[in-house]
Amino acid sequence: MTAEHADIRSIKGRRSFGQNVWRTLKSAPPTAIFGMAVIAFYLFCALFAPWIAPYGESEIVGKAYQTSSAQHWFGTDQIGRDTVSRVLYGARNTIGIALLTVLISFSIGGVLGIYAAVTRGWLDLVLSRIVDVLMSIPVLIFALMLLAMAGKSVWNLIFILALLDSTRVFRLARNTALSVAVQDFVEAARLRGEGMRWVVLREIVPNILPPLIAEFGLRFCFVFLTISALSFLGVGIQPPTADWGSMVAESKTLITFGRPQPLIPAAAIALLTISVNFVVDWFLHKTSGLRDEK
Amino acid sequence: MHPVLRTVLQRLGLGLLTLLAVSVIIFSSLELLPGGFAEAILGQGATPETVAAFNKSLGLDRPPVTRYFEWLWGASQFDFGRSFAGAGGWREENVREVSTIIGPRLYNTFFLAAVTAVIAVPLALVLGLLCALYRNSWFDRIANATTLTTIASPEFFVAYILVFFLAVKLRWFPPLSTVSATTPFLEHLYKAMLPALTLTMVIVAHMMRMTRASIISLLSSPYIEMAKLKGLEPRKVIVKHALPNAWAPIATVIAFNLAYLVVGVVVVEVVFTYPGIGQLMVDSVSSRDMPVAQACALIFAATYILLNLLADIVAIVTNPRLLHPR
Amino acid sequence: MTEFESRLQLASKAVSQGKLSRRDFMSFAIAGGMTIVGAQLAFTKAARAQAKPGGHFRAGLGHGNTTDTFDPATFAHGLNFGWGRSLTGATLTRVDSKNNVTPYLAESFEPSDGAKKWVFKLRKGVTFHNGKALTSDDVVGTINYHNGPDSKSAGKAYLGGVASVKADGPETVVFELKGADADFPYAFAQYQFPILSITDGKPDVSGLGAGPYVLDGFEPGVRAHFKRNPNAFAPGNFDEVTQLTILDPAARTNAYLSGEVDYIDRVDLKTIDLLKNAPDTAIYDVSGFQHYTAPMLTDLAPFDKLEVRQALKWAINRQELVDKVLFGYGKPGNDTPVAPTLKFATNPEPAHTYDPEKAKSILKKAGLEGLKVDLSAADAAFAGSVDAALLMAEHAKAAGIEINVIREPNDGYWDNVWLKKAWCHCYWGGRPTADTMMTVSLAESASWNDTHWKNARFNELLPLARGETDETKRATMYAEMQQLIHDDGGQMVLMFANFVGAMSTKLGHGDFNSDNDFDGGYMYDRWWFV
Repeated sequence: MTAEHADIRSIKGRRSFGQNVWRTLKSAPPTAIFGMAVIAFYLFCALFAPWIAPYGESEIVGKAYQTSSAQHWFGTDQIGRDTVSRVLYGARNTIGIALLTVLISFSIGGVLGIYAAVTRGWLDLVLSRIVDVLMSIPVLIFALMLLAMAGKSVWNLIFILALLDSTRVFRLARNTALSVAVQDFVEAARLRGEGMRWVVLREIVPNILPPLIAEFGLRFCFVFLTISALSFLGVGIQPPTADWGSMVAESKTLITFGRPQPLIPAAAIALLTISVNFVVDWFLHKTSGLRDEK
Repeated sequence: MHPVLRTVLQRLGLGLLTLLAVSVIIFSSLELLPGGFAEAILGQGATPETVAAFNKSLGLDRPPVTRYFEWLWGASQFDFGRSFAGAGGWREENVREVSTIIGPRLYNTFFLAAVTAVIAVPLALVLGLLCALYRNSWFDRIANATTLTTIASPEFFVAYILVFFLAVKLRWFPPLSTVSATTPFLEHLYKAMLPALTLTMVIVAHMMRMTRASIISLLSSPYIEMAKLKGLEPRKVIVKHALPNAWAPIATVIAFNLAYLVVGVVVVEVVFTYPGIGQLMVDSVSSRDMPVAQACALIFAATYILLNLLADIVAIVTNPRLLHPR
Repeated sequence: MTEFESRLQLASKAVSQGKLSRRDFMSFAIAGGMTIVGAQLAFTKAARAQAKPGGHFRAGLGHGNTTDTFDPATFAHGLNFGWGRSLTGATLTRVDSKNNVTPYLAESFEPSDGAKKWVFKLRKGVTFHNGKALTSDDVVGTINYHNGPDSKSAGKAYLGGVASVKADGPETVVFELKGADADFPYAFAQYQFPILSITDGKPDVSGLGAGPYVLDGFEPGVRAHFKRNPNAFAPGNFDEVTQLTILDPAARTNAYLSGEVDYIDRVDLKTIDLLKNAPDTAIYDVSGFQHYTAPMLTDLAPFDKLEVRQALKWAINRQELVDKVLFGYGKPGNDTPVAPTLKFATNPEPAHTYDPEKAKSILKKAGLEGLKVDLSAADAAFAGSVDAALLMAEHAKAAGIEINVIREPNDGYWDNVWLKKAWCHCYWGGRPTADTMMTVSLAESASWNDTHWKNARFNELLPLARGETDETKRATMYAEMQQLIHDDGGQMVLMFANFVGAMSTKLGHGDFNSDNDFDGGYMYDRWWFV
């Protein structure tokens, strides 16, 4: 028994980490490769926006609402800023804000959720009730009220959205962790005398990671949508910060006339969402152990 | 006690506590927000004297705790009080009971939610089943990408695109959904069509993906393998064997989306000027009309609680181990 | 003008009054040398000028919310302009398109005692919608309702000068004023003052009035529906009027383009050029009294220094603000809040244009180089306020001034920012007279003196000009006062915004009022379907 284990480990050990990654990537379906390529491209734009963008984020470079031309591929916006530059900077702001929001919400919701599931008792009870209450208030309206109270800075927006989102993360983390925590191998680890830390990090977290990561992908995309809905209601990201959700909201009337400007940031959001979900699907597929018969 | 009954009672009890907590949160938020009803109504015209006069006539000069318990006492007897709007005047006919303000709008909201659900839920289930059946085919991928695109586009964006094509260009549907209490049923249906289609596009993806995922995750279970080995065709395996066991997660996500149709559609209401309850709540929060905001919040919370309860009941009923515990 | 032109004009007038047939007009015009097409166009144009009853006028408006009521004490937004002035409500006086005050429910109004006493005579035979006859008691009751000690009405601001109001018989109302006021009748044309029916000392604020339309259905925040009041002394042209609240500008545009409404207000200026090309569409574009300002509190550092105020006034490119924030639909301000279309308006010299060098040298002379100031902005102040503030910061850079733009929350802007922060953005809907505009925003004692400006000469002139009945003397005083505001005041008037809407060319109309949007609120009874 032990010999077999050692055997498997030593075989794995022959491949370096890089080789493993490469092997996995090679086996990825075309959708996942497409998704990863798009995400890489977005990250590149986000990181290097100041160098790629032909103009500054809020630099006024021409007349308002020009149509596309050689200088301004996608035209200019309502006060004469270059749309291409806005979209590129938008990648940076949108992805940055969404990523930060989701990271915060997962740190709060994930940690508390797992902790509640492992310890149970009164803390679990109290947290679960609080989450029930917060979740039964509509997100958009709650966000509107909190933003009106705290002021509409980007940081407030991030924290408020993260807080509201963390309720959903908490619920997911708690429920999945709970279902793992009652399983035999966790019980065995406990009986073996392993500490709480060890049990959580070695037994529970690896087993609940797949659903959490799937949720991470979805939440990440929902943050843009919430921000754009808030912008629509007038309280999203404040100008002159470029962000795709707000850019769609700002140019919405153009759709009425069949003009394409609002399509650009909307398509940017849609493409990213699809890509993230393609990658997440693949990841889930890999971890679920289901082998599709061909 | 029967487990279903026990769950229902337990949840309803907790639900009441949740409602109480929600009302405290909404009330204290409105208190903490800058400005009050008088300032919101008077705008730039809010001089200290007019504000004081307004607050006095509404009883807002009394301490918040007193006002909260007064409201709570009324609400516990299903008297949600009167809207602040119009209460400043001299004549009774301008004072509106919260129930008369909310009633017709609540009907509109449920109407829209029902129409959308009738379209979206079967569509999502069928698409989800087909995708699971023909997983990783082109049909699966295209359905997936299309629904992801609609879910990834801001609601108002989907709405404006639909308006552009179906209302402005083709003129099949009206761009405004201004219905009233006297609108006949069929006209109401016709006018609610564009918002319903918009919402359908927004929620189908979520339900469809969950249906597909929960069925696929069951496909590796031994009993499905068994059914396959028996030589059943894939369609029968999925519909007869996988689906009944996949109901619990599907019901949860359907409940979540139905709740969304009631509580989260303020943007669609604004775009189509559909007189629903979401717009009412946003309005009442921004004008600090506490009785109306409270009533809306309670309706939202109750909807959420009840739909989740329903999903749990479905989960229990479809799972024999939960239905007949040892 | 040639003889033919002047005769053509007469003929057109006859057409518009329905006295000349198409055939007669055409033969006359063609005989005079016009082409057939030209004559036809001229006839259509003339015929359009003739008001015709009938039709259902549907207006899609970016105003209204679920808290609306027909209580005039709460009137504040665009739907109310019509309610008070030309739908259910009828006022004592009206303002015409040239900003003169004209009789309406009052048949006449006469000053005496050097404009300290005003006598209003009511029109005979006017009834409310419920058939009750209008009497002087209704007028007195209405005024007292707005002016009472517990009043919550925004209209109270117009009545500060009233010492007493009394009925003198059923058809006469006598006002005694605390000080002379030659413009007093203007107050009663305001939309807050539709005359209410008084029963047992209490006014009816349910939407019942003496106006040209009767309320026929009201869902707050959604729609209001009205039917022509056949018993009104001046009934409206339309059979029915519907006001639809459509807050989202894109939804308003959609509603208009698909023919759901005949008129929309507050057109999204970003897309107005596209809207212009829509079939049968005319742009409603009226230069109004509405102006966007940046008030500096003159008792707070650094705005207590005259040089700072002057330098800032030179350091802003107002034309660019008009071009970018108003998309050209407006006029740059010249630091007087008196709209150019108002009586007694002047354009003080030197006009404050963009001159960063001058701003720089003013600061240099005063030893204030490297000036840094905070500017609070929020779109609650006016649409595009934040964009405007950012543009202002760009402009001021050239003059060596650093403007730090602070974005304030929209909620509570009027409570927490305006009148409190040293420099912020603000808007004024405008007032019907030079006097009321100055009194409400610049008089020493005004509660809305948003610059805390206390200029002795200005405050001495203000009541003198108000009571002066000699127009030339009055004009001189107003010119001096506007010069003082322009040179010394803390009010930076950035721009005058136009009222911009879109209307079907099927709608006929006369000259537009500039005092409020919606043809001054009179569109419902003045306009007609061609």
